Amino acid sequence: MTNAPKPIIQIRNVSKRFGKVTAVDDVNLDILTGEFFVLLGPSGCGKTTLLRMIAGFELPTEGQILIDGQDMAGIAPNKRPVNMVFQSYAVFPHMSVADNVGYGLKIAGVKGGEAKDRVAEALELVKLGGYEARMPDQMSGGQRQRVALARSLVMRPKVLLLDEPLSALDAKLRAQMQFELSDLQDQVGITFVTVTHDQDEALSMASRIAVINKGDVAQLATPSDLYEYPANRFVADFVGSVNIFEGKLTLDEPDRAAVDCPGLGKVYLNHGVTGPHGADVWVALRPEKIYLHVPGEGKAVRAAALDAPEDHNFARGCIKGMSYLGDITLYEILLDSGAMLRVSRPNLSRHDQEDFTWDDRVSMHWRADSPVVLLG
Amino acid sequence: MAEQDWGTNKRAFAAVSLPTLFWVVAFFLVPMAIVWLYSFGENRGLTDIDISGTLDNYKRATEWLYVTIFAKSFAVAALVTLICLIVGFPVAMAITFASEKWRPWLLLGIMLPFWTNLLIRTYALMMLLGTQGFANKGLGLLWGGASWVKTLVGLEPLPTWEPVELLFNNFAVVFGLVYVHLPFMVLPLYAALDRLDRSLIEASLDLGAGHFRTIMRIVVPLAAPGIVAGVMITLIPALGAYLTPDLMGGTDSQMIANVIERQFKKANDWPFGAALSFLLIYAMFILIALQSLRRKVPEVR
Repeated sequence: MTNAPKPIIQIRNVSKRFGKVTAVDDVNLDILTGEFFVLLGPSGCGKTTLLRMIAGFELPTEGQILIDGQDMAGIAPNKRPVNMVFQSYAVFPHMSVADNVGYGLKIAGVKGGEAKDRVAEALELVKLGGYEARMPDQMSGGQRQRVALARSLVMRPKVLLLDEPLSALDAKLRAQMQFELSDLQDQVGITFVTVTHDQDEALSMASRIAVINKGDVAQLATPSDLYEYPANRFVADFVGSVNIFEGKLTLDEPDRAAVDCPGLGKVYLNHGVTGPHGADVWVALRPEKIYLHVPGEGKAVRAAALDAPEDHNFARGCIKGMSYLGDITLYEILLDSGAMLRVSRPNLSRHDQEDFTWDDRVSMHWRADSPVVLLG
Repeated sequence: MAEQDWGTNKRAFAAVSLPTLFWVVAFFLVPMAIVWLYSFGENRGLTDIDISGTLDNYKRATEWLYVTIFAKSFAVAALVTLICLIVGFPVAMAITFASEKWRPWLLLGIMLPFWTNLLIRTYALMMLLGTQGFANKGLGLLWGGASWVKTLVGLEPLPTWEPVELLFNNFAVVFGLVYVHLPFMVLPLYAALDRLDRSLIEASLDLGAGHFRTIMRIVVPLAAPGIVAGVMITLIPALGAYLTPDLMGGTDSQMIANVIERQFKKANDWPFGAALSFLLIYAMFILIALQSLRRKVPEVR
């Protein structure tokens, strides 16, 4: 118990209502010291409101926010031990880079030499050493974001809040900044709390993710747990791509379970699901976890999936759509049941995408540990 | 999407712009040119002006009397502009940060006086400030009340109330000009503040600055274009103000526009009036030129 990391931010029964609209609905969260915590959700789900309440720009209608054990009620944003990187970066356009980064230090009363050293150190940290005299309008979007980062980090906050930090960057730069942000967090050891609607961003950077839906926490988990063990249909659908089928639970024992789905067929799992027999459930199956092969062929593939009884975890259909994405090819398959199934296939060699094409008859298998049974 | 390009469609361009062009030339440029020519002329008879190319009118304008009136006009206009800025900035900020629901009503409140004739507004203000006006009556009541309270506690009552001279002096001119010109200041300030990215203010607060420091270090510098615009469109009409000093000023509060008026009417010295007019116009040209020289505040978006 003593070794468990201390929560740096405690959110206790926090709700926020704007008039009749409930943006945040009775949220409880503990964010641990040194974490890279991500609030993930679709736009309008309340994740930004939650972040702004931590920063102090919004006040909770109900509930309590503690930072480092101290209740933040009645404490203005300029008195909180957190700093924020804004979505628009909010770099002061009339100040040089050095003045931007030194702004908070000046207010805090840090003088001449020390202030200068700390500004230089912060700029070095974000790889902008030597840019002190630049004006923001002479910099690219990515550089301005680094200025905003340095400006916050120089204050040595207990928590750094980042509002959609990468949304304004182009795809290449975004991928690079994902790594850099993770590295930076390792280096400075400050707790990062990031808001994003981009699941790739969340999965790649976070130590833990809270998926927010309609103002409430839909699931709190590590990135891989979130992806492999979604707790409900919302999370399964929002994080990654997924096929979801309705079905009835026909078998539920500690080491195996089966679901009969009218759309997908009989689904077998090599673990129990603890649901009432005959209950209505949903089966989630990720496109990349489905093996695709020509009917009657691909014995090796089938063998790999043959940890299920005969007639289970198997479907036939016809390719109705196909999109080549370079690294993978995505297929839309009309199953004989009339349902649509999405399957992705890695292009392991240069001509793999030519194996299947429109209107081809195909068979599909999946392993008994691939489907996820969702109760809600 | 073929968009209509006025540049290439010359006939349409001409058709649309000709009436305006005619208006500007016939009723603005030509009369101005005539006045400009008069400024180089001299009076021959009561109505006869000989445009002889003399510079005497301009020479006369450099006489001490006129220089002081020019200087005073500038001082009054500058003071009016300064007061408008100090009063208008918080008003513009209040409107900017008011809720969606209130903002149009507050803006309407600022613009409402425009819908009343300047003369009526000025007379209304005179009713307020006169010795028998509401301001003096109100002060008189307060005075009487204070006197009564003093007698209650057994002290000598105050002497009889003497109305304060609020009208027909320099104070009245400045007060009246501020009243008339305040909307000119508030609207450009509001336009500039409304464009300001709110997250810049939040970033300043987030970095530990208080509200006052955020206003001085972030809001005011970034509203500079609006401040300059507001100052220009307040200063220029205030400099040429005629009606307010005429009606509300005393014998010593005449501004340059009043002097110009007198040249064209009572003094019947059109050439000199024309010269003074153009000196005022040149001064405004210089102000506008100075404004366009200032360093542009970089905008980041």
